[in-house]
Amino acid sequence: MAKDDAVHAEGLVKEFGDVKALDGLDLVVPRGKVVGLLGPNGSGKTTTVRILATLLKPTKGAAYVNGFNVEKQADQVRHSIGLTGQYAAVDEFLTGRENLRMFGDLYHLAPTYVKDRSEELLEWFDLVEAADRPAKTYSGGMRRRLDLASSLMAKPSILFLDEPTTGLDPRSRLGLWGVIESLVAEGTTVLLTTQYLEEADKLADDIVVIDHGRVIAHGSAEVLKDQIGGDRIEVTVADFDRVRDTQVVLAPVFGGESMIAESMVSGPVSGGSTVLVDVVRLLDSQNIAIADLALRRPTLDDVFLSLTGHGTEDETPGKSASRPRKGRSQS
Amino acid sequence: MSDVKTLSTTAPVPMSRPLLGWTFHDSVVIARSTILASCRIPEALFFQLIQPVIFVLLFAYVFGGAIPIPGADPGSTADASLYRQYLMPGIFGQTVAFAAAASTVGLAEAMQKGIIDRYKALPMSQSAALIGNTFANALRQILVLVVLSITGYIVGWRINDGILNAIFAYLLLLLFAYTVTWVGAFVGLSVPNTETANTAGLIWIFPLTFLSNAFVPLDSLPSVLKAFAAFNPVSSLVLATRELFGNPTGYAPGTVPEFWSLQHPILYTAISCSVVIGIFAPLAIRKYRNVSRR
Repeated sequence: MAKDDAVHAEGLVKEFGDVKALDGLDLVVPRGKVVGLLGPNGSGKTTTVRILATLLKPTKGAAYVNGFNVEKQADQVRHSIGLTGQYAAVDEFLTGRENLRMFGDLYHLAPTYVKDRSEELLEWFDLVEAADRPAKTYSGGMRRRLDLASSLMAKPSILFLDEPTTGLDPRSRLGLWGVIESLVAEGTTVLLTTQYLEEADKLADDIVVIDHGRVIAHGSAEVLKDQIGGDRIEVTVADFDRVRDTQVVLAPVFGGESMIAESMVSGPVSGGSTVLVDVVRLLDSQNIAIADLALRRPTLDDVFLSLTGHGTEDETPGKSASRPRKGRSQS
Repeated sequence: MSDVKTLSTTAPVPMSRPLLGWTFHDSVVIARSTILASCRIPEALFFQLIQPVIFVLLFAYVFGGAIPIPGADPGSTADASLYRQYLMPGIFGQTVAFAAAASTVGLAEAMQKGIIDRYKALPMSQSAALIGNTFANALRQILVLVVLSITGYIVGWRINDGILNAIFAYLLLLLFAYTVTWVGAFVGLSVPNTETANTAGLIWIFPLTFLSNAFVPLDSLPSVLKAFAAFNPVSSLVLATRELFGNPTGYAPGTVPEFWSLQHPILYTAISCSVVIGIFAPLAIRKYRNVSRR
C-alpha cells in the first residue's frame, strides 16, 4: 500500500523536451530500509530524487513520500525529508554554524531547538573546531558533512542522498558511510543514489538498478549477484606488455568473455578451483609471469555490466569499487 | 563522527507561526544570511564601491569640463563646480542601478551550487529566497550611497535643499535599487550559468544608465535618443534627486522639460518602479518555482 511505504512511486515518466529522463519508473522504499538507486550517468537517478524531493514535477505517474503526494502535498513532503545533493549545497560564505542555523530557521523550528540541534550536529559531524569558519575553507569531506548535517536539522524520517560521496577521498567516504549507517540504525529511511557499486553493496538493503530511466533489476546485493551467477577468475600479469597475450592464451578458459583492466585479465569460469590449475599451466607454457591470481564471486560491477551491457561510466578518477573497464574486449 | 556520541531522540520543536507570516519570516532569514555572506567578501564590496568612486573622479575631472550645463559660464571654474553638483545625482542613479547585477550573480551562483535546490526542498515560503535576496542587495546600497556621498562632498557636491528632501532623495534611490534587483533576479534565474550571469547581469545596465540625463543634459542628445532617455526611469530618478538635493537640474531656471515624465519626475519614478516590480517580481518568482539545475 502506497501510504505505508516511505517512498512509493509508480510509472514515473519525466520528459525534458525530446529527452525521456524517466520512462515508467517504479520504486518502493520500505520504512527503515536503505535502498540504493544504482545506475550510470544519465540513467535517471538524480531526476528520480528530484521528483521525490518535490523539485521537479513528473510528466506522468505519481509518487508518494511518507504517504504524501509529491505534487499535491509538496509542503508535507518537504517537512518529512532531508536532501543532500550531489554538490554540497551550503552557503560557502557562511560559517558552518550559521549555515545550520539558517536551515533550521527555514525549517520553521523553534529558536532554542535550532541552537541546541546545531551544536549537537556540529559535534556529531566533527565540525566543532571549524564551526566559526566560512564553509569555503572546508575540505570536500567537511562540506559534505555540513551538507548532510543541514538536512538533519529537522530530524527527517526520510533522507535522500544523491551521490553523497562522489568526489570524496576514500577516508572521507568511509567516514560518511559510518554516519549514514548510524542514522539508519536509528530508524531513518534512506534512498541513496550512487554509481559506486561498492557503496550500494555496503549500505543498501535493496538495490534498484536503473538504466535509461527504467528499472532493469532489483533485489538485495546477493540476489543480484546470484542472477548472473558463476565465479570469476582474475589474473594480474607481472609484465603489463603481455596482458594481451594473456587474454589470447586464456581464451579457451573464459570462452571469449574475458576483459582487460590495466594489467588484469578477468572472465567467468565454471568448474571453480580446478580451472585455476589450467590457468597456471596455460600461462606457464607461454612464460607469462603471474603477479596475482584470484577466484572470486561476482561483484555488483559484473552484475551491472551483464545487465546493461555497459559499465557505470565512472567519471571520477580515484578509488572506487568499479574498476576501469576501458580495456574490455572480446577475444 | 565518533561512535560513542549519539544524536538526541527528542522530537524537533516547531516554531509558532510568526505574527507577520512565514513569507516575511523566511525573507528576513534569507536577507540576513545574504548580508552576512556579503560581509565575508570584503573584496567584492570594495570593488562595488570603487567603481562609482572612479566614475565620480573620471567625470568630475576628465569629462566634466567638456560638458556644458545650462546656466553656467562654459570653461569657468564656477562651471566645473556646477557640473560636479549636476553629476553626483547621476552617479547615484547609475550606482543603484548596478544593485541588479548583485542579484543576478548571487542567484545564478546559488542555483549552480544547488542552494536553491535545498531551499526548494525545505518547507519554506517559495518566494522568500527572492524577496530576501533582492531586499538584501537593495539594503547594501545604503553603504554604497554613504561612501559616494562622502566622495561627492570632497569633490564639491552639496545637499542644498534641506535634510528632509535629501532623505526623500535617498529613499527614492533605494526604491529604484530594489526595483532593479527584481529585474536582476529574473535575469539571474534565466541564465544558464554564473559566467553568463557576470555578463548578462551588466550588459543592460550600461546603456540604461548612459541613455539618460545622468551625465549629460538631455538636450544634447539626438531627438530619438532624447525621447527614449526622457522616459527612461533612470532620467526621472536622477532629475528627481537633483531637485530634492537642490542641485542643478540641467534646465535653465524658468524652463520646463518637454516630456511629461520629466515634468513630474518623482511621480513618474514611483509609477515606473511599481510597474517594473509588478511585472518582474511575479516573473522571477514563477521562474524560481520552475527552475531546475538540469
